[in-house]
Amino acid sequence: MPKDGIGASTKRREDIRFLTGAGNYTDDINIHGQTYAHFVRSDVAHGKINNIDTSAAEAMDGVIKIFTAADFASAGGIPCGWQVTDRFGQPMQEPKHPILAEGKVRHVGDPICVVIAETLEQARDAGEAIEIDIEELEPVLNMKDALKDGATKVHDDLTSNLCYDWGFVEENRDAVDAAIKSAHHVTTLELVNNRLVPNPMEPRVAVGHYARANDEYTLYTTSQNPHVIRLLMGAFVLGIPEHKLRVVAPDVGGGFGSKIYHYAEEAFVTYASKVINRPVKWTSTRSEAFISDAHGRDHVTKIELAMDENYMFTAVRTDTYANMGAYLSTFAPSIPTWLHGTLMAGNYTTPLVYVNVKAVFTNTVPVDAYRGAGRPEATFQLERVIDKAAREIGMDPAELRRRNFIKPEQFPYQTPVAVMYDTGNYHATLDKALEMTDYANFDKRAAESKARGKLRGYGLAHFIEACGIAPSNLVGQLGARAGLYESATVRVNATGSISVFTGSHSHGQGHETTFAQVVAEMIGIDVSQIDIVHGDTSKTPMGMGTYGSRSIAVGGSAMVRATEKIINKAKKIAAHLLEASEADIELKDGKFSVAGTDKSVEWAGVTLAAYVPHNYPLENLEPGLEETAFYDPANFTYPSGAYVCEVEVDPDTGKVDILGFTAADDFGNVINPMIVAGQVHGGVAQGIGQALLENTVFDENGQLLTGSFMDYAMPRASDMPSFDVDHSCQTPCTHNPLGVKGCGEAGAIGSPPAVVNAVIDALQRGGYNVDHIDMPVSPSRVWAAMQQG
Amino acid sequence: MKITMTVNGKTRSGEAEGRTLLVNFLRDTLGLTGTHVGCDTSQCGACVVHVNGQAVKSCTMLAAEADGAQVSTIEGQAAPDGTLNTIQQAFQDHHGLQCGFCTPGMVMSATALLKENPKPTEAEIRHYLEGNICRCTGYHNIVKAIMAASGQDVGAIAAE
Repeated sequence: MPKDGIGASTKRREDIRFLTGAGNYTDDINIHGQTYAHFVRSDVAHGKINNIDTSAAEAMDGVIKIFTAADFASAGGIPCGWQVTDRFGQPMQEPKHPILAEGKVRHVGDPICVVIAETLEQARDAGEAIEIDIEELEPVLNMKDALKDGATKVHDDLTSNLCYDWGFVEENRDAVDAAIKSAHHVTTLELVNNRLVPNPMEPRVAVGHYARANDEYTLYTTSQNPHVIRLLMGAFVLGIPEHKLRVVAPDVGGGFGSKIYHYAEEAFVTYASKVINRPVKWTSTRSEAFISDAHGRDHVTKIELAMDENYMFTAVRTDTYANMGAYLSTFAPSIPTWLHGTLMAGNYTTPLVYVNVKAVFTNTVPVDAYRGAGRPEATFQLERVIDKAAREIGMDPAELRRRNFIKPEQFPYQTPVAVMYDTGNYHATLDKALEMTDYANFDKRAAESKARGKLRGYGLAHFIEACGIAPSNLVGQLGARAGLYESATVRVNATGSISVFTGSHSHGQGHETTFAQVVAEMIGIDVSQIDIVHGDTSKTPMGMGTYGSRSIAVGGSAMVRATEKIINKAKKIAAHLLEASEADIELKDGKFSVAGTDKSVEWAGVTLAAYVPHNYPLENLEPGLEETAFYDPANFTYPSGAYVCEVEVDPDTGKVDILGFTAADDFGNVINPMIVAGQVHGGVAQGIGQALLENTVFDENGQLLTGSFMDYAMPRASDMPSFDVDHSCQTPCTHNPLGVKGCGEAGAIGSPPAVVNAVIDALQRGGYNVDHIDMPVSPSRVWAAMQQG
Repeated sequence: MKITMTVNGKTRSGEAEGRTLLVNFLRDTLGLTGTHVGCDTSQCGACVVHVNGQAVKSCTMLAAEADGAQVSTIEGQAAPDGTLNTIQQAFQDHHGLQCGFCTPGMVMSATALLKENPKPTEAEIRHYLEGNICRCTGYHNIVKAIMAASGQDVGAIAAE
């Protein structure tokens, strides 16, 4: 094995450019003749546009053109990529999502018009001079009120504010009700999964460049999936065939889901560049990001857990209201349904599950996937209700989980919610986490805290997620309007170096390093001989991009398949060069040899022969060494893990201090342990952020009160503990070639319930009768709960 | 107006409006795009540079205020042959960055911290980074990298 192969904590090659200011982010791209776009956005949540007067603005210095909805009469709306069917068999209600507001504005931040000017300052100045007459309408904000008869509608052309009423598994509805009625014990919990703003540190940017001479468009954009943008924007919005549209997502400064979607600004700059025949650049400010990037979560849920006399789970029923915001973002309908309901069995043998989700339109910023996407919402309610149940019946929460876990010998395990887990060992991860956190001696630590006047709590959560998204034929049946395979082209150069073109996209995950490690391992050459190319539709094969912890499981698998094709062909060439049978050729440490002999040829000797085919079997083998593979996964992957949070609550102030956070994950095989640990750290930090700090608050008029980093509590260094992470429990995935499961979202899925469980544990140990506090568990909420408990 | 400053040891000049921020002058006029803009409320710290030896958020300073100043940016931190300096190298060694967007500001802040306090504790590092937001790393490996760059044992911070 080469020293930087699979399993090595190879240092990241991409770091060199990021550490020296040489990264190439979209805002760093400037094109000769470039103009600047400034979006004028609605400052009310709901209103009728009576008039837009741009005359004064048009006369201002540097203004090139001002666009309104009328300029996009021939363009399509921003499409939704997933159609959910409701529990009555009807398709969801799907409103038009125009590029610029047509007659009505539906959320603060809804774009109304755009100024293009020679400089950004001129565009902004002119934007201030546009007079927009908006007649304010009653905003639709509360989801339950929005569904009442006679409620104001967000979209006049829809029958109501209900996007869909989804039931899963619908055939189980009555059986679940019956099981709950006849249960020995039922634990009920009502909770809110707070709305979050993803806030990658790089705001979105889009640069459109139309080349009239070739009738070709290039869009540089901050995207996690440039091919998806090309397909959606080209085919559904602007009518540009793919061969005339190139989408480039260069270095991207974080995504966390919010850069999956096709946004209006991308279509705008692409189209406007043709209209004015000059490049057009738009750079979001952070304030704009808060009201134009898709948000995450925002569920209101009631969950019931039924148990028999042995405290085995017999049924779970959950009713959720899921906020869609004003329009359907690209994958919004799938998040509270297929990415949420299918996880409601958790790690447990619960035989009956029924999930009802009502998705609701409101006059708020659209909501879509944010790190974890549906799975954190599922995990939070399940792991919170189990903790509450354990307290009600007086059982150790770890023990209640353990007795209901799917046992290692039960895999593969068919859940009652469609998915089939291939592998797992939940007892192992739980035991590991308990051992790492010295659970046995927690009472001593709690006593020590008590002596200092503090309340100490221990919070445990176990999670499962479905990653490696996804089998195309399955998701097609569930309403996806896209396939979810991944692609790779492996181009071997004449002297043996390799360029891999992957459809996955790295925006912090370190693919340039880990993907190279895999190919280095397979061929046995030095990792420095391999480059990973991504993020440009003119270079990579059609790929679906990076989200849902899918890159190594799906993109990596495509790369493995393409590399296997390379090796197979290279063996044929080696057999010819060595005058041996192909069946006798072995590849080891970058050298092909004939089994049982000392005859061998180096990797570079074979690659040179492929491109200088003088001594080569041309009669039955093409020259060259370049292969492409598309990999469509047979199943999801199912990472799982046990997370423990230990907190101290100050009873005088309600402030929660995290003393330690431990994650024991099962990611299957691990390519680069250093990078995997980093992914868990980041996910856990986002989960702790959700649990303790972050919240998205609209006032009664629909104004976003938390619209900047001054009001929205992003986690800072001093808010975070050091993390103790482990991924030594490994049950490799059985259906992909690397045995990998994916690690990107785990931290954000498992951590919120661990934190809240710890806070509740601390309060209960302190004698306070508090069984739930909604996130973020801020000092004021904790303090208020203590006054009532 | 014409603005002249010494940036990473070289004299650089350019035109700026009175309202032009230092970060925009560096990025757009001088082409030094390593300094980033992550917010518009001076919270995130992606734009931290050094002006006359002090760490400043270059989004809170007008270019005109830096006329005649000595400015140091992320582009000037490595050796002329490209060798990373101690702090940069520690960030790579300890995986103190993921997407890289906050990284220039983190490195510049860390540099200022270690100048003020050559052996900071973990708590001091976390406190000092109050004005630098990272969304990727959870700060664990950033803290570890800065501690390692200061020559301290990082064994006390969990292994990975």
